[in-house]
Amino acid sequence: MNTTALIYLLTAAAVFGIGVHGLLQARQVLRQLLAINLMGGAIFLLLITLGGGAVGPPDPVPQAMVLTGIVIAVSATAFALALLLRLQDATGTSELDPNDGA
Amino acid sequence: MVHEALIGLVFLPLLGACLAVLPGRFGTRLAIVVGLASLPFLLLPVTLSVLREGAWFYTLGGWSAPLGIRLYVDPLALLMLWMVALIGGLAAAHAWHDFRPGTAAGERFWPLWLLLTAAMNGLFLSADLFNLYVCLELVTLAAIPLIAMAGSATAVRAAMRYLLLALLASLAYLLGVALLYNSSGTLDLYLLPDALATAPAPVTAFALALIGTGLLLKGAVFPLHVWLPQAHASAPGPVSAVLSALVVKTAIYLLYRVGLWSLPAGLLADGAMLLFAVLGAGALIYGGVLALLQDRLKLVIAYSTVAQLGYLLLALPLASLAAWQALTYQMLSHGLAKAAMFLAAANILHAIGSDRLSDLERLDQRTPLSLFALAVAGVSIMGLPPSGGFLAKWLLLEAAWRGGQWGLLSVLILGSLLAAAYVFRVLAAALRREDPSEAEDAEGISAIGRRQATYAMLLALLALVTGFAAAPILELMATGIPPTWGAA
Amino acid sequence: MNFGWQALPVYVVLTSVVTGILIFALGEARQRMRTALNLAGALVKLILILVMLLAIQTGASFEFRMPVLPGLDLLLHADRLTMLFATLSALLWLVTTVYAIGYLEQSPNRARFFGFFSLCVAATMGVASAGNLFTFFIFYELLTLATWPLVVHRGTPEAFAAGRLYLTYTLIGGVLVLVGLIWLTALAGSGDFIVGGTLAPIAAGNEAALRGIFVLLMLGFGVKAALLPLHSWLPRAMVAPAPVSALLHAVAVVKAGAFGLVRLIQDVFGFELALALGLTDLLTWLAAATVIYGSVLALRQSDLKRRLAFSTVSQVSYIALGVATGSALATIGGLVHLVHQGMTKITLFFCAGNYAEGLGVHAVEELDGLGQRMPVTSVCFTLGALGMIGVPPLAGFITKWHLGAGAITAGAPWVVAVLAASTLLNAAYFLPLVHRLWFRPLPATMAARELGISGRRLQALVGPTMIVAMLALFAGLLAGTPGSPLFWAQRMIGDPA
Repeated sequence: MNTTALIYLLTAAAVFGIGVHGLLQARQVLRQLLAINLMGGAIFLLLITLGGGAVGPPDPVPQAMVLTGIVIAVSATAFALALLLRLQDATGTSELDPNDGA
Repeated sequence: MVHEALIGLVFLPLLGACLAVLPGRFGTRLAIVVGLASLPFLLLPVTLSVLREGAWFYTLGGWSAPLGIRLYVDPLALLMLWMVALIGGLAAAHAWHDFRPGTAAGERFWPLWLLLTAAMNGLFLSADLFNLYVCLELVTLAAIPLIAMAGSATAVRAAMRYLLLALLASLAYLLGVALLYNSSGTLDLYLLPDALATAPAPVTAFALALIGTGLLLKGAVFPLHVWLPQAHASAPGPVSAVLSALVVKTAIYLLYRVGLWSLPAGLLADGAMLLFAVLGAGALIYGGVLALLQDRLKLVIAYSTVAQLGYLLLALPLASLAAWQALTYQMLSHGLAKAAMFLAAANILHAIGSDRLSDLERLDQRTPLSLFALAVAGVSIMGLPPSGGFLAKWLLLEAAWRGGQWGLLSVLILGSLLAAAYVFRVLAAALRREDPSEAEDAEGISAIGRRQATYAMLLALLALVTGFAAAPILELMATGIPPTWGAA
Repeated sequence: MNFGWQALPVYVVLTSVVTGILIFALGEARQRMRTALNLAGALVKLILILVMLLAIQTGASFEFRMPVLPGLDLLLHADRLTMLFATLSALLWLVTTVYAIGYLEQSPNRARFFGFFSLCVAATMGVASAGNLFTFFIFYELLTLATWPLVVHRGTPEAFAAGRLYLTYTLIGGVLVLVGLIWLTALAGSGDFIVGGTLAPIAAGNEAALRGIFVLLMLGFGVKAALLPLHSWLPRAMVAPAPVSALLHAVAVVKAGAFGLVRLIQDVFGFELALALGLTDLLTWLAAATVIYGSVLALRQSDLKRRLAFSTVSQVSYIALGVATGSALATIGGLVHLVHQGMTKITLFFCAGNYAEGLGVHAVEELDGLGQRMPVTSVCFTLGALGMIGVPPLAGFITKWHLGAGAITAGAPWVVAVLAASTLLNAAYFLPLVHRLWFRPLPATMAARELGISGRRLQALVGPTMIVAMLALFAGLLAGTPGSPLFWAQRMIGDPA
């Protein structure tokens, strides 16, 4: 494994860590959503790095996967934001009470 | 011909979803015919071909694996597809009256419903881990707005919670898939066992743990079930039915596929199966107790789903033919019974405006047919004869006895006693009369109400019939036993 | 699978299922139609059973087999034991239906009541004609489910409490049967009911397992048969309407449990094997204890229906006692009591229902002098009471004579002592009632009390009561003639089919 790959990997791990931290800390749904997106970004970075290949041309499969993954992440986020607006309309808050219902 | 039928199972509902977006009644009606009513006719040739020739692959666009994406149809997939066609179909018939094509509610409802159908069919047929990820996301993204469509604050909050957890679950799954691909070089479920044999074990184990966690979360397996009860209980009736009968099963189905088809045999597999069994036992007991404590009908049914999902994991360590037949039969009979219960509960909620147990008195006069459907489906949920649930439980018990699994045996029995307790609690609430001398009130229900009750009753009757006509289904399932559990 | 003539037992079950479903579908309002359906269903069933009875006399056999699970069939057949139970149930069902129509006139929820009533009898017919334990279990559980709505029919908190107790007992009993059955299936597969049993060849080396299976099944069936200490649901279930009590005690539920015990000993294990394993002793002791215990408790009840209920606890155990004692005579006594107890006890319950509906009488003390107010009912009650005590030549005597003589030939003379004690106790709790009816003065308040129901309705109740009383009377008087229950029981033992 070369240095570039190592840097990428460490970056991915760091971003993922920030995401997890954000998810655990945030009370607002919007922030939780952003944290999940960060974690997703970290995973995409990992995929690209792992598919990079130390020798020879890079593997196209992870690239295709990341592309699809990004599309899904974008649409999921868009939907989540729409739902968040509905939540605000319906309950007047953008937080989920952890003790409610479950 | 049969290949086209197979593609059609995914493509036609998808086409329907597009058609349903067209304004006006006509597009939606066409969409329902194209995307839902067609499914049984597409399934017939596929079923015949599996009966004749056994399971087969179809390579999409002629690109062969590992590069291309394959579809795979075997008895398990067939069972799930039939469930989508039948249960989904009857639930759609029920939904027709609440979300009429041409109305504003109908315009929002049907594209999502068809998309959900397409995504589930795609998931059950897909042989590619990443393709499965896409289908899993589509299922979630189509199902959640359907829940939120109920409009109440509880429903939106439950939908939001479900969405956040589902996204997290998908990420775990995706990360696992990425690691697995890196260590094995393939994404094809059925090529994985060979590829994994040479892969480094720790990475594989970690990747599989991530995939498993993601799926357990999506499948609402105890103790990761927290999102399920509110979401299933606050959704509109037909959506609840499909969520409990089909949507959570997609994750369990995938768990079976990964755990029983792709996992290299050995210590890892045994440990995982044992863990699943423990979680299943926990689900059965915890879900049963909580179902007993609820004071709203739909919540009782939702917690019952949490409990019943336990059966689907509980028997995994048995790894025998009888256990396999039991699991698949439980999948089917729970689907039928639970959908019937949710539809019946929706009718009751509709008729009397509440589903609190304390408001249910004299239901046998107010909504007789729906109550009867609820009771008949309840028999199957309790695992009492004659019902599909009974046969599934019998097979499980027999397999547990032959395997000498006394712990499993006692959990099964405890679980069904709990189920009897919560079902009869509901029925007792429904037969109560505040004043025994009270005169009968011939409270009529509308023609639509009667038709909706009929759909619930039909599903309940199917659950009853599966208590007799088991032999052919079980024979077919026997030919689809996972390779790690024995030769077909 | 054969759906022709051979499958007649299926149609016997289906007549009641169809009747039940049609009654549900008709709804509450269409009363005439419902009554017609009820009677038609009961009559058709009775005719089918008589046809089967005649056909079996001439050597025909009936069997319907449908594979349900690998190695497990749904098997309905008709042997002599089936016919004994099925004829009794079909006959009494017809009479009980007539009685219930009169009894429930103008009360709410009749469609529900008669629907489940029919399903209940369908389950009983299935229990009677089940050809293996698996099938037996299916109908045994179905019976639990179909009876519960009847037990809670009144919808009062008291009724629901009784229903809860009933379910707790029967469902746990069901679990015991289920576990025993699973064990048996794993050990020996699912054998058909054959006189003499199918387990003897595999007994060697499996003694402990077979004992375990027997105990599980015995306790499971014992719950419905109200064997000590599993009986306490039965007296509590008395909150249900009188026809339901009759059904529980005489026709369906308790009988299904006792019938299961008979099948278990005769057709699953076989008496020889059960004896060799020391299992019959266990059941004999348990049954004997129940006989005495039930009688003692009956003595202490001041509520008429509760006294009758404890009497049932005691009397039903005669069946198990006879079969477990095992000699030919004792077995005949046990089997014939299946019929005799049914006819006699249903008479008593109908009478209790008449007193309650007619004059609001529930307690034993209130019976004073009622022979003047309700003479026909009181005659029937007296006949039933004397029959239960076993006064010759009534039905109870026939039973007890066979049981006693059989116990001596089986080398268990202590059973005779149990019978004697039980007879004394029977007399002690029934004779005072008869005495009150006929020899105590009618209190002025009771003489002045208006009949709670119209004369026409009272007739609708008294008619069926007279019929069952006659049946009980003739079962004893004509015991020596062909066609009597005793004749059938003798044929069964002398010439096992």
